[in-house]
Amino acid sequence: MTRGAQWLYGWLLLLPAAALLALFTHYPALATLWHSFQSTPKAGRPAAWVGLANYRQLADDPIFWQALANNLWFALGTIPASIALALLMAVWVNGLLPGRGILRLAYFTPTVLPMIAVANIWLFFYTPEYGLLEKALGVFGAGTHNWLGSKDTALVCLMAVTVWKEAGFFMIFYLAALQSMSPHLAEAAAIDGASRAYFFRRVTFPLLMPTTLFVLVNAVINAFRLVDHVVVMTRGGPDNATSLLLFYVYEIGFRFWDSAYAAALTMVLLSLLAAAALAQFWFLERKVHYQ
Amino acid sequence: MTHVYATRGFPRALETAGSWLLGVLWVLPLAYAAWTAFHPAEFATRFVPTAPLTLENFGKAWQAAPFARYFVNTVLLVTTVLAAQLVLVTLAAYAFARFLFPGRNLLFALVLVQLMVMPDVLIVENYRTMTALGLKDTILAIGLPYMASAFGIFLLRQTFKTVPRELDEAARVEGCGPLAVLWKVYVPLARPVYLAYALVSVSYHWNNFLWPLIITNSVESRPLTVGLQVFSSGDQGIDWSIITAATLLTTAPLLIAFLLFQRQFVQSFMRAGIR
Repeated sequence: MTRGAQWLYGWLLLLPAAALLALFTHYPALATLWHSFQSTPKAGRPAAWVGLANYRQLADDPIFWQALANNLWFALGTIPASIALALLMAVWVNGLLPGRGILRLAYFTPTVLPMIAVANIWLFFYTPEYGLLEKALGVFGAGTHNWLGSKDTALVCLMAVTVWKEAGFFMIFYLAALQSMSPHLAEAAAIDGASRAYFFRRVTFPLLMPTTLFVLVNAVINAFRLVDHVVVMTRGGPDNATSLLLFYVYEIGFRFWDSAYAAALTMVLLSLLAAAALAQFWFLERKVHYQ
Repeated sequence: MTHVYATRGFPRALETAGSWLLGVLWVLPLAYAAWTAFHPAEFATRFVPTAPLTLENFGKAWQAAPFARYFVNTVLLVTTVLAAQLVLVTLAAYAFARFLFPGRNLLFALVLVQLMVMPDVLIVENYRTMTALGLKDTILAIGLPYMASAFGIFLLRQTFKTVPRELDEAARVEGCGPLAVLWKVYVPLARPVYLAYALVSVSYHWNNFLWPLIITNSVESRPLTVGLQVFSSGDQGIDWSIITAATLLTTAPLLIAFLLFQRQFVQSFMRAGIR
């Protein structure tokens, strides 16, 4: 094929996907930036350039700061826990324990369910007095507690739901990596007298690093992307204790219809995602052990 | 762990107990929901082994909201999205894997941007675009932002790159044009990857919620997830028996498919994750 034909074919094949990507990813990302410097158009008053006014409003908005803090706590509370549990599950399911097929099914099932269904089920689970959690704690004589209605426990309850849903998903990737590891490594280490813990720490874990990186990137994205459970379970309450960034964007954009302020908020979300991506690659690229 | 490091005796019993405890913990919320859905309301939170089983809650839920229509909408949504994705992603991946053209690396980097800047986050601007296009409150509008999938392009490009050049050239010698080569050589060889991608895509879009919630506002276009939310946050009071029944109802097809094809599901997710 001539060079010209190569060019033409390459571009033509790419065209449909590129057009849609440009329209629904690149354009909206740039438009968000543009609109974040403008005012929200209202009846009889078109959008005007307002410079950094939206960002100043952001800096003075206590709910934004709370949503940001909530989101960071949420990430901190869900990411390490779900990754650690996923690794533990994978090691167990990969081992020779009895009933590991059923266990794998049990761990993985939450992953297939929609977050909204999961949230409904857990909403019932957390219900004061009737919920299973209350019933179970009642056996130990604990008093009744409004788990989702109290500022101290609501966010933790949402974290538990997220960990429950995500751990099984991440387990799959660890399981795949564990199964592709040669059994000779363990045999050789055992002959040399390495303990199980030592072998895990010095051989298994480093070899799992690429998987950990992949899982980590996914977990970070999900921590900022997924707010279905907030919509269903708490609507950001009580008193904004469970408002996450994307949920706040949704509220500002589609309940208060302030699209300019929502654009500024989205910019924060986008820069957080970008920073997370860069940091992860920069930090882990040097520590990751590729086979 | 491999066999050499398999535990014995007491540690093994401890480990087994731990793994089962976690398993029970993981199944508990689901089992609780199933108990409530299949029993009359008065047994919703009373665990009496002799409680009569009933399908009444499912019947009530089915009648209380247009779930049949929601099912149709969701099926339409996932099939249109998947069909469009398969075509767009295949063509783009083929271009990136086998053609040399100016701007290839830059364009590939621009595609990968979508892995971080997902449509899920760009809801405000995409809503504006859909309004301008006159597509608001349609099934097409729910699916459109996801059709050019960076994840799919990346996955298939990797797969296409592993196809031996000799096969490609042999087909060309026999007179196949570039599209015929794609169809006869690359697509058949990538079949397991297509299956994996299809399963991931279907479960993602069956479960997607926030964007459909924003862009739809009528029964004619709402998918199941949004329908379920409208139903359970509506004026049903808090009849948990019916709400859990509706919840199980809307997830049943996916859940049953998963239980039947468990191995394929798990392997597909594995395949989609390893790059």
